[in-house]
Order: sequence, then structure tokens, then C-alpha cells
Amino acid sequence: MIDFIRQPWPWYVAGPLIGLTVPALLLLGNKHFGISANLRHICAMCLPANIPFFTYNWKKELWNLFFAGGILLGGIIAAWLLRNPAPVEVNEALATTLSQHGITNYDGLVPVDVFSWQQLFTVRGLLMMVGGGFLVGFGTRYAGGCTSGHAITGLSNLQWPSLVATICFMVGGLLMANFILPVILSL
Amino acid sequence: MQPTIDTDFEMRTQDTICVNESQLTHKWYHNIKYLVVGVLFGIVFVKAEVISWFRIQEMFRFQSFHMYGVIGSAVVVGMISVFLIKRFNVKTIYGEPVQFHPKKFNKGQVIGGLLFGFGWAMTGACPGPLFALIGTGATVIVVVLLSAIAGTWVYGRFRDKLPH
Repeated sequence: MIDFIRQPWPWYVAGPLIGLTVPALLLLGNKHFGISANLRHICAMCLPANIPFFTYNWKKELWNLFFAGGILLGGIIAAWLLRNPAPVEVNEALATTLSQHGITNYDGLVPVDVFSWQQLFTVRGLLMMVGGGFLVGFGTRYAGGCTSGHAITGLSNLQWPSLVATICFMVGGLLMANFILPVILSL
Repeated sequence: MQPTIDTDFEMRTQDTICVNESQLTHKWYHNIKYLVVGVLFGIVFVKAEVISWFRIQEMFRFQSFHMYGVIGSAVVVGMISVFLIKRFNVKTIYGEPVQFHPKKFNKGQVIGGLLFGFGWAMTGACPGPLFALIGTGATVIVVVLLSAIAGTWVYGRFRDKLPH
């Protein structure tokens, strides 16, 4: 049983479990599943700077921060207790492309050849981590939600603006991964 | 049960889909249940490698069905759940009716959506996975998270000047 859990889980196990988060949060207390709002709550908590967008009672959204804290804790549990000892399996075509950019280490869920403290002080690392992170934070709030808020909760509730947002997430990702990322990775 | 008049709901819901308002007031430790859901959710994230940069690259390069399967089946299960909750008027564990708020369209969903897509493909992570990744011991992702918080702050600062 434990060996079974340790393996990477297939999509048809993981997807439905993630989908069940939607009714779980609704039934536990009328909460809509979404994570990016936490970034805003952290701003409101730490540096509201009299900006109207950040001056609200963030304590009322404390549940969302508990939820994010749980995700962090879940990451710790999964990585330390349920760890899959094998390296991440990667599509051969992707591995070929990545090896051209010096990415050959598949020990972690993120490639340490790009995402590590040493790499942070290279042009490539800085762009990928600081630049990428900034776009995640800026973009999700501008779009009004992320993959959880729009793609899962919004689509579950048949909200067409969420469909527009989800399509744009995918289009942006496709453009970046296929056309811009190769340039950044070769820096 | 104590109904309270909420003056800042409008502000909190601005550009945020996941806010919902319960009329109930609880002690802080009631939030532990959301922590528990978060833990289970985080474990699924890691075990299904949803938080893996490699899986995200494969998705955007159409090299694997995995992420499409995860997101697609999550949406289907979510849709069925929401349909059942609406159809049978299922109440929360505190007996409150479950509320849904229609989302309004604005240009942000297009411009912001594209920008987020760029960031998603670069970092291989959306906001949820950022938290999970840090948990798995990829400590450098703290930098990505801090940068994402900075991005959110900059959005808030210049919100009035951006097209919506």
C-alpha cells in the first residue's frame, strides 16, 4: 500500500481529488476555492501603504491563509514521508530540448540547473525566478484569479469570464514555453 | 448566528474570485479545517507532480496528457459538485445556504491571463504549487513567492491606471 502511495499518482486519481476541493470548501464554510488571493492578503497584512486595493479587513480571509499553510504542510508531508525515490520521468523530446540548455538533473520536481540559490545570481536564474514570479503575482491578480480560482472554481460554476481567463492562461503559457522560454534558457 | 453588516466585502471581492462571505463569526481555530483540506490538497499536488516544472513544460509543448487529465477531471468533478449543491440546495455544515457570485468580464482576464500564462510557463508553478514546492524543500522558491507577492502589490498600486 505504502509503495503504491509513493509512486507518482495518475491524473485520474489526482484530478478528481483536486476537483473535490471545490465542494469541500463550499460545504465547510461557504468558501470558494482559490489560492492567488493569498498573495493579496499578504500585501494587505504586511504593506497596505494606503492603497485602496489593500485596505480591507484581511482577517476575514484568514481561512485562505490557513489553506495555503496547509498546502505548504502537505508539501512537507508528501516530500518527506511519501517520497518517490526515483527521478522525475520526462518526455524524451522534452529531455532532448532541455539538455541543449544544460538541464540534465531530474532529481527534483524543479530542475536544480535553473532553480537553485546559486542560479539566482545568474541572468537566466534571475529572469526565471524573479521575473517569472512577478508575472505570476501580477497576472493572477489582474486576471482576478489563478488556475484554482478561474480554471477550476470558475469553470465549475460555469462562469464564462473564467473560461476566457483560462484560455488566456493557456495561450500565454504556450507562447512562453515554445517561443520565448528557449531564448531565456539559452542565456 | 449573528448577522453582521459587511462594509468591506465589495473591496475584498474586487478582482478576486475566491472570496465568499459567511454571516457566521468563528474563533480563529475554526480555520484548522481549511488547513486540513490544504494539507490533503498539497499532498495530491506533490504526488501527482502537478507542481513539477517538467510536467508544466510537457503540457505547454503538448508532450503529455497528464496535466490536461488532471485539470480536466478536476473541472468535471467540480462542475458535478456545484450542480448537485445548487440542484439539491445543499447547505454548509453550519446550515447556511451555499452562495455563488457571478463573475463579471473585464479586459484583465485577457491581459492578466496572458501575463500569468507567461509566468506559469517560466516558473512552472501557479500560486498553489509555490507553497507546496517550498514544502518539498525547494527553498529557493521562496524568492519566486516573494516576487509574486511583489507583483500583486505592484498591480494593486497601479490598478487605477491599468485597462479593465
